Amino acid sequence: MPSDSPPIDAPAPAAASPRPLYYRHTLPVRLMHWINVVALTVLFMSGLQIFNAYPVLHFGKSSYDGTPHALEIGARMGPDGQPRGVTRVYGREFDTTGWLGAVKDANGEWIASTFPPWIMLPSAQWLAMARLWHFFFAWVFVLNGLAFVLYAVASRHLTRDLAPTGTELRGIGASIRDHLRFRHPTGDAAKRYNVLQKLAYLAVIFVLLPFAVIMGFGLSPWLNSVLTGWVDLVGGRQSARAFHFIIAWLLVMFVLIHVFQVIVTGLWNNLRSMITGRYRLPAEASHD
Amino acid sequence: MTRPFRLRKRNARRTFLTRAAGAASLLTLAGCDNLSRTQWFPQVLDSVTPFNEALAKLVGRRSMAQEFAEKDRSPTFRSNGSNDPGTPEYAAWVQAGFATYALNVGGLCEAPRKFTLDELRALPSRTQITRHDCVEGWSAIAKWKGVRLSAILDAVKVKPQARYVVFYCADPMAEDGTDLYYESIDFDDARHEQTILAYDLNDAALPVPNGAPLRLRVERQLGYKHAKYITGLEFVESFGKIGGGKGGYWEDQGYQWWAGI
Repeated sequence: MPSDSPPIDAPAPAAASPRPLYYRHTLPVRLMHWINVVALTVLFMSGLQIFNAYPVLHFGKSSYDGTPHALEIGARMGPDGQPRGVTRVYGREFDTTGWLGAVKDANGEWIASTFPPWIMLPSAQWLAMARLWHFFFAWVFVLNGLAFVLYAVASRHLTRDLAPTGTELRGIGASIRDHLRFRHPTGDAAKRYNVLQKLAYLAVIFVLLPFAVIMGFGLSPWLNSVLTGWVDLVGGRQSARAFHFIIAWLLVMFVLIHVFQVIVTGLWNNLRSMITGRYRLPAEASHD
Repeated sequence: MTRPFRLRKRNARRTFLTRAAGAASLLTLAGCDNLSRTQWFPQVLDSVTPFNEALAKLVGRRSMAQEFAEKDRSPTFRSNGSNDPGTPEYAAWVQAGFATYALNVGGLCEAPRKFTLDELRALPSRTQITRHDCVEGWSAIAKWKGVRLSAILDAVKVKPQARYVVFYCADPMAEDGTDLYYESIDFDDARHEQTILAYDLNDAALPVPNGAPLRLRVERQLGYKHAKYITGLEFVESFGKIGGGKGGYWEDQGYQWWAGI
């Protein structure tokens, strides 16, 4: 076990201060967290540029089997000569000018583009380059993820900090009520992740992220052939592509909620704990 | 007075921080775009490709691509890239129903020769309903019949030092009629059971938009490897001096030579 490891059940410094700095995140966890941030950001942005080459989603074994498009993003010329963004969801059409289909470029000119340039990597249409970024950072992400899981198991970070206890699971209703009222644990209770937080992290680490990788494998004609026909388990290759895309946006939703929680529970305190490891325990409610 | 002032100050700081973060992201993004345009950085990114290829071969050197039922076929098979080579020579072949066409096979082999379409149709064939995966993200399922590439390799007795099969095509990629499409594969794929030079699509002669009279099917790789309008095969030790030197038209534009992902 690494020497700087045990954060959670280390005794708090003896009442020197009512709100001591507490060593919350070990160095490996901090390092792997930030590598993951970079890798997932690049994967998401280059993924959108790859999607831009065929801005259509549908489920099934192929793209031309007559099933309706679940999602289609395009542009059509408006009467003023400017492109209008058109997004179709199962044939229902929405005007998404400014966000999807037609967006303003860096010079403020309207252009036809599936997504705004600032959210894509590269920012202008360039499939070959997007693939290079995507496949390189896929390895960064996978190796970092495997290292994290190995570390989490070996250091007992998984069992000690991430796995919810039976008591916690039974208290899930109270935790939901606390979250809805923006009441966050204070004092010693703030040393542990709360039960919703644990479940969210576990779902992302062990469900969403591996599923994203496997659906990515499903897009590869060669990996498809290794266990011939396995991609039909999710409905076919185009279904795998749709799931890959949907998971990417579910991860964005997770990140938005995660960052929101980081901000409302103390932006600088949380940031410091993920950079230096040290977290200042929030004061007990009764002390306020 | 103090309270509104402090509020405004906090808002100002928040605005500043938000803008700073926004500016930093835009700078990072511009930096990434600049990196993409350097010589060295894409090479660093591409350094994982040989590893991907080696790993894919480790888990499935002879793996078989999925084959589908008749009902899974796409009503029409999409044509992408060239729809018609448009050269006088090709137009003459179409005019003659490809009776004057012959596939030129040469390079590192004992018995280089030409094959007419009838001769190719007389060689061992394979029929398969497979899915075509385009690098863009779409796919289509069709039934292909063609001569097994391995049968051609045996007929001309390929020499052991040959490492790649290069496919020369009739379709020019430049407006002025130059820059003919080409592709290359290694012998793992060339000798693979499902690798054929297809002359039939969905039980009819291969149409012009899909690569008449002959196109490659190399089922475990992306669509751009499946060269259309094939006019010749060459067995080589290296493709470094052919075209842009990367082994294919799209490879010369920055796409991977091994297109299994």
